[in-house]
Amino acid sequence: MIRLQGVGKTYHVGSREIAALREVNLEIARGEVFGIIGHSGAGKSTLIRLLNRLEKATTGRIELDGEDLTAMDDTQLRSLRLRVGMIFQHFNLLGSRTVAQNVAIPLRVAGVRDAAAITRRVAELLDLVGLADQGDKYPSQLSGGQKQRVGIARALANDPKVLLCDEATSALDPQTTRSVLDLLLRINEQLGLTIVLITHEMDVVRAICDHVAVLDDGVIVEQGPVSQVFLHPAHPTTRHFVQEAEDLDEGEEREDFARVDGCVVRLSYLGEHVYAPMLAEVARDQGVDFCILSGRVERIKRTPCGQLTLALSGSDASIRGALAQLSGGGVHVDVLRAAPGTQGVN
Amino acid sequence: MDVLLQVLQAVDWPEIGLATLDTLLMLGASLFFTALAGLPLGVLLFLTGPRQLLGQPAVYGAVSFAVNVLRSLPFIILLILMIPVTVKLTGTSLGVAGAIPPLVVATTPFFARLVETALREVDRGIIEAMLATGATTRQVVFWALLPEALPGIIAGLTVTAITLVAYTAMSGVIGGGGLGDLAVRFGYQRFRTDVMVITVVLLLVLVQLLQMAGDRLVHRFSRK
Ligand SMILES: Nc1ncnc2c1ncn2[C@@H]1O[C@H](COP(=O)(O)OP(=O)(O)O)[C@@H](O)[C@H]1O
Ligand SMILES: [Mg+2]
Repeated sequence: MIRLQGVGKTYHVGSREIAALREVNLEIARGEVFGIIGHSGAGKSTLIRLLNRLEKATTGRIELDGEDLTAMDDTQLRSLRLRVGMIFQHFNLLGSRTVAQNVAIPLRVAGVRDAAAITRRVAELLDLVGLADQGDKYPSQLSGGQKQRVGIARALANDPKVLLCDEATSALDPQTTRSVLDLLLRINEQLGLTIVLITHEMDVVRAICDHVAVLDDGVIVEQGPVSQVFLHPAHPTTRHFVQEAEDLDEGEEREDFARVDGCVVRLSYLGEHVYAPMLAEVARDQGVDFCILSGRVERIKRTPCGQLTLALSGSDASIRGALAQLSGGGVHVDVLRAAPGTQGVN
Repeated sequence: MDVLLQVLQAVDWPEIGLATLDTLLMLGASLFFTALAGLPLGVLLFLTGPRQLLGQPAVYGAVSFAVNVLRSLPFIILLILMIPVTVKLTGTSLGVAGAIPPLVVATTPFFARLVETALREVDRGIIEAMLATGATTRQVVFWALLPEALPGIIAGLTVTAITLVAYTAMSGVIGGGGLGDLAVRFGYQRFRTDVMVITVVLLLVLVQLLQMAGDRLVHRFSRK
């Protein structure tokens, strides 16, 4: 649905050049929730603004449904923007207009003249975002979460195919964030809407994204299915985001390792495996003992997943057997520290 | 008490009434034309400005320079320089009609700058959100920028109106009519301190009323 090939963006500030994005390649499928995560200044906003041409790429090609965005004239651009909705960190609502008037603006932009039709559509949209009776209020009378819901209603007014979210929950408290994310997930599923969201919080990615790309200093350093990136982060930046989300600390981890004997492994598993009594089975079958150093069982979008760090003790053969049985059972095994005398098995 | 009454009885009230009316006429007409010309000029300045919607540095530079020239000209010089133009426009350089063109020319650039500033106060994110819906520049201006900047524009118009009151008084010097004219002819040239005081009080009341009305309107249109 959306494809970026070799996209670069350079800003010129005076005589200085700022390469905000370099060689970005992305593929976003219809109907998915695609997350882009990165630290402040990584180029996230620049990237998402390329997708509705609020910003023009310096190099490369951007396609939406096969159409090349980089070659569009003003008329094509306006029709593109009717098909791509956008919401913002600071909502960007018109303070001088009521909620209903704010939501009506894209309809008027699209050329809807029939006042009754506008009223009907606005009511429908406000109902969708759970603000059915708030149409006559002004934005200043709403909470942050409600304002973002108005933003979502406005973005959906013309039935877009794509919704762009620029740090849509970064100004909200955790509970409100959750409810706005739930709303986004619901419209993603109900309307089959493709959602591209950028964030600096791994929790947001974990809650609703199918795929994620990690942006670091204008470059995509890692991308893939969320569970993959989340359980097996390869790039240091990704690892940093995961650790931040998990409250992990490498120093503490090393301390733990120093106090146990044997082989230290990290097990990662997804879906049905979460519900299988695998550890006990393996311990029994292979005659190993284990001690859990740290662990988490949680959900990535709707899929349960688990990750445990264990110290295994037993004979070399039994440890090898245990690791083989775990791998065979669909558990991903990373050996963090091989027991003396054993070779790491992966 | 009696002294005060005597003083008040000695004043030519119909004359003062007429002068007040003249001042109000000058003020009303000048303010009207200033708003009419200054609002589009302010929007033009804003839109062509650096990193704005139209971003036309050459146009912005030229308009900005013209505005600065008019603003740096002392009003009294402008009054005199404008006389040929004024005569052409209104047939006279005297009285209420003769005062209006120079007043408008003096305050339009001033008001345009205030409009530009008020528009710049509007959050960029709002323009962005409008553009993201597919809005044209015209729609962004009329549906978002002007409504959002309305309180600021009204505040600017209030300041402009008060500046105009001071200018109408000054245009009295070259026979513009109104309260300023009265103050100069009677109060200054004929040593009628009573007339002088009364005109000053009336001008003060006028300024006060304008400020109050402006503040009230600003409040009425603010939704923050
Ligand atoms: N309009 C602009 N002009 C110049 N530099 C910009 C502009 N917008 C963004 N940048 C620069 O590009 C880089 C990426 O910015 P941005 O996309 O806003 O990052 P993020 O949204 O990830 O915080 C930053 O270094 C920023 O200073
Ligand atoms: Mg940003």
